[in-house]
Amino acid sequence: MGPLVPYIISNEFNLIIALLIGIGFGFILEQAGFSSTKKLVGLFYGYDFTVLRVFFTAGVTAMVGVLLFQHYGLIDLNLIYINPTFLRSAIVGGLVMGAGFIIGGFCPGTSVCAASIGKMDAMLFVLGSIIGVFIFAETYPLISDFYLADNMGAPTMYQMLGISMPLFAFLLTAVAIFAFIATWQIEKKVRKVNEKTSPKWISRYAFASAIPFVIVAVVSFLPGKQEIIENRIAEAKRQQKCVFHEIDPDRLADEIVHHYYQLNVIDVRTPEEFEAFHLPMAINIPLSEITDRKWEDLFKQKIKTNVFYADGDTIVRMACLKANFVGDSKNKILNVSALDFKQMFFDITPPDFEVASKKEINEYNFRSEAAINMLQLTEALKNIGKPVTKTIVPAAGGCS
Amino acid sequence: MKPKPYMNPYLAGFLLGLLLLATIYITGRGLGASGAFKSLIVAITNIIAPNHASEAIFFKEYNASNPQGPMVNWLVFEVIGVVIGAFFSGVLANRVGLKFEKGPRATNMARIVTAIIGGLLFGYGSQLGRGCTSGSALSGMAVMSFGGIITMFAIFGSGYALAYFFRKLWLK
Repeated sequence: MGPLVPYIISNEFNLIIALLIGIGFGFILEQAGFSSTKKLVGLFYGYDFTVLRVFFTAGVTAMVGVLLFQHYGLIDLNLIYINPTFLRSAIVGGLVMGAGFIIGGFCPGTSVCAASIGKMDAMLFVLGSIIGVFIFAETYPLISDFYLADNMGAPTMYQMLGISMPLFAFLLTAVAIFAFIATWQIEKKVRKVNEKTSPKWISRYAFASAIPFVIVAVVSFLPGKQEIIENRIAEAKRQQKCVFHEIDPDRLADEIVHHYYQLNVIDVRTPEEFEAFHLPMAINIPLSEITDRKWEDLFKQKIKTNVFYADGDTIVRMACLKANFVGDSKNKILNVSALDFKQMFFDITPPDFEVASKKEINEYNFRSEAAINMLQLTEALKNIGKPVTKTIVPAAGGCS
Repeated sequence: MKPKPYMNPYLAGFLLGLLLLATIYITGRGLGASGAFKSLIVAITNIIAPNHASEAIFFKEYNASNPQGPMVNWLVFEVIGVVIGAFFSGVLANRVGLKFEKGPRATNMARIVTAIIGGLLFGYGSQLGRGCTSGSALSGMAVMSFGGIITMFAIFGSGYALAYFFRKLWLK
């Protein structure tokens, strides 16, 4: 699940990725003609709308891709960088940038690109931009109040409009395609040439424009990853096809005492219940958190067996099913509740040795000994048993 | 040799979109450019005027949040990549060479002055708006950020509003 930085790709390697992405970025900008100032400002005079076409196509492609990835659980939207909104500085900053664009003929990315192939005017623009940032730095104390005013956090456009994410994506795509058609007509008039676009190309463009709409429709109407998991579980339950590997308490106690390193004992009750009593060596993953990204490793490894327990049969089975969908670790469930386990081992009452059968006495001896062993083990391994929890770090981004 | 024609803009946009999507998927952040200028100016100030850099709040904050130094920065590496990528593309398409581009009626002096002033405004505005056309407008649009889209409209809106006054710079 994305983003891959920093757990799958390290922060150091991320810099190499940045270099590679930059190479791609520079290559595409140059190929599109963004290294020419005349082509860039053509947007504002109606003779060349290349910028608008490239810009909107790129934005819509990436946006629809993010939507699709999000829907199928490939990317966690809570972790990616969403530009924060400080309303006043966002508007005024944009207005100043627009003035810079029409006067200087570039924006920062395109000026670097043009300077790289030897455009001297672009080199001057880069120089000017660096001075501009320096002036900002020097005047920062004077304008910091304005810069930090109207902090709205990092809202998205669809939240502000109060509509769903796919609906917003649909609207933006429609606007983009409308803009493509309109500017194509304007360009023809401004250039005063009457080029005929061949029907073959028109049908190709029409086909390409349909693709984002199809993806938005898929996201709107077909179930996403979370729903697919729930549906499969519901289906399996209905057909009573679920096979649970159960483990009985004596066996588990024995395993804990002798092979604790081969087990993950997982308590799926609430943290409060866990605090009150939990099995030796157990870790707490409440049912609602089972499919969280931070526990993925637990359910994808194949070295240890996961043993789930709770107070109710339904909860523990649900947890085990969910874990089965995350990865293919070996999962078992304890066939008694946490409280039963406590009764059997820790609150055990000695049988009447006069009348008790040999079996009962053996059972008592085994359980009381196991209880002592388990407690000793917990004490000895107090710090080892704790899972290394991943802190989930949201990515930084933008131009900061 | 004649320069080769530019790529179809929709194809270029599609490729750029895929690149941006890959960037978001891999790194969780978008593309950018002006941030590298900031790193550069902080690095220069740190060397030339270390006292000033340790006193002025802007530099102090930036240095505090970049303990490895201003140049060990994602955007710095990305922009180095942009230089390489753009040069490579220019070589392939026969577009490399020292050139000074300006509108047909603009004088050289006018173009020199406006290129610097334009850059200056863009540099200033990119700091105020927390990102430029790449970091704020394009990447912001991909993640549907409210601020990013607002900034995008402000950039292009102001460009159109001022286009008439600067027509002599660009038109015949």
